[in-house]
Amino acid sequence: MSLHSLKNTHLFLAVLRRWQALTGALHSRRDQIRGLLLGTRDRYGLIFSVLVYALLIAIGFVYLYPLLFMLITSLKSPADLLNPMVQWVPSELYFGNYVKAFRVLDYSSTLLASITVSVLPSILQTIICSVIAYGLARYQFPGKNLLFLLILATFIIPPQNTVIPQLLTYRNLGLLGSIWSMLLPALFGQGFRSAIFILIFYQTFLSLPKVLEEAARLDGASELRVFLQVAIPSAMPAYIVSIIFSIVWYWNETYLTTIFLEGGIQTLPMQLSKFVQAYEKLYPPGTVNIFDRLNEAVKLAGTFLNILPLLLMYFVLQKWFVESVERTGITGE
Amino acid sequence: MNKSLSHRVFTLPYRVRQALHGYLFVLPWIIGFLLFTMLPLVQTFRYSLNKVLVSATGVEQTFIAWENYTHALFTDPTFIELLIEYTVETLVSVPIILIFSMIIALFLNLKLPLKGIFRTIFFLPVVITSGPVIRELVSQGATRVPQIASSPTVVTFVQQLPRALRSPVEYLLTSFILILWFSGVQILIYLASLQKIDRSIYEAAAIDGASAWESFWKITLPSLSTTNIVVAIYTVITLSHFSENKIVRYIYAQTYDIKGGIGYASAMSFLYFAALVLILLIIYLLLAWRAKKA
Repeated sequence: MSLHSLKNTHLFLAVLRRWQALTGALHSRRDQIRGLLLGTRDRYGLIFSVLVYALLIAIGFVYLYPLLFMLITSLKSPADLLNPMVQWVPSELYFGNYVKAFRVLDYSSTLLASITVSVLPSILQTIICSVIAYGLARYQFPGKNLLFLLILATFIIPPQNTVIPQLLTYRNLGLLGSIWSMLLPALFGQGFRSAIFILIFYQTFLSLPKVLEEAARLDGASELRVFLQVAIPSAMPAYIVSIIFSIVWYWNETYLTTIFLEGGIQTLPMQLSKFVQAYEKLYPPGTVNIFDRLNEAVKLAGTFLNILPLLLMYFVLQKWFVESVERTGITGE
Repeated sequence: MNKSLSHRVFTLPYRVRQALHGYLFVLPWIIGFLLFTMLPLVQTFRYSLNKVLVSATGVEQTFIAWENYTHALFTDPTFIELLIEYTVETLVSVPIILIFSMIIALFLNLKLPLKGIFRTIFFLPVVITSGPVIRELVSQGATRVPQIASSPTVVTFVQQLPRALRSPVEYLLTSFILILWFSGVQILIYLASLQKIDRSIYEAAAIDGASAWESFWKITLPSLSTTNIVVAIYTVITLSHFSENKIVRYIYAQTYDIKGGIGYASAMSFLYFAALVLILLIIYLLLAWRAKKA
């Protein structure tokens, strides 16, 4: 009896173990699938990833839509434009719009003007902003909080509130239409969005260790030398980021450039905003055949030519753009 | 000993020297502020109280006190309409941009392959948005959400809405892409703040049994409260200073108008400035209040 029951128990245990092994396998299988779909502690689930990617791709498409629209329309020939069947794929790659837009924009000279008007003030603005920010970050003096408040104010005050007296002053000085009307404010830390650059440099200098500068000071270096030879080299990333952003913002700035430079230097965005008049001057509406009339394809070709230099710059310097904020630490603490 | 004493007499105390060096470094800004911001601001204010005529010989001013302001507020129907439209559009856009850029930043903060490509795409508009480019794209209909804004269902739906709601919704539909396009820098700011949050807080919360959802509301969102304020201010300013802004264009057009002129344009600039400050204040107080509660 006891032997029998022992044998029975033994059998029972064996069966139990088998069962457990089987269900265990099933369980782990189920967990695996579950983990795959819903995610585990150290990886995202399939459902989650698919959702996130779907959203990112959808929003990415919405983001790129205007650009795609512009690029494709600008490559359409006049015949394609009129053909309602041609939506997204032009029947041929037609570059005639670009040839016209190139002429209308007076591309080579406006491009050069745009480069000058954006690069020179940017360099000046970056240097000056770093000097000012260094003073704010490294020295204690009364009135510093007021200064910060005023710097923020220069960021907030709309340009319309200061632009007319400036315009009249430049006119009296004969600087209207010359690059000096852009350079002078930049030289005194009042350039386009200077406040942001001052804050970027302020954060950068604050985050740099003081030790090196102290050591240089102990070695007898003057304050200016400490700034030039110790602080500037260690803040190099901030300089690059600042110059790049400054160039982009100056390039795209049209309110101030139209007011200060009109009649003198002609930048690319300025010329784009007068595209219709410029086109009709080159191709008078009465005299050209129907295919040479101004159409949206030519306009969009002009728009694309306008952003092309920035696009190229963006793709070359991409890392500096998108990692800039992390590198310079402007998150507002 | 004598030498060291005389030395001490002729050097300024450390704090004074510090302050002097500091002032020296910020001096260009102070000069610039006075010359290029303060002086023109005061001058513009004076213009706003005058009727200003610019001729070849100089500027002629006749004092008319607050007439320009009362004209802008009570007589000119366009200005006040544009001012209201601007306020509504800004108050609609800012929360959308804030939420949208925060969500995108949260996605891009995940450890996903290919997220670099998306980051590149989302930042692209910052590089290319200038007034004339946007104007061309808008006039060609490239900024409308394809198919949605013009679909009959949506159009009838919009028509059913009460008047006060209709214009914000219409604005949303027609310039949705544009609103999103203004989120590039904001996404980066959020991303940088997200990366600054200490990972170990999340781990501790997970060990205590918090789900990702709970961690978001209890850890992520409170840590972003200062960032929200920075992003909101940046957004309001970018939208308000944008040269394609209708009210900015109206003021600009009035500057050269015979009927309006510099005096009237200056008065409108100040009213616009006041509206801008008010919006900033409202948004700041709301966000600061929320931050305090958190």
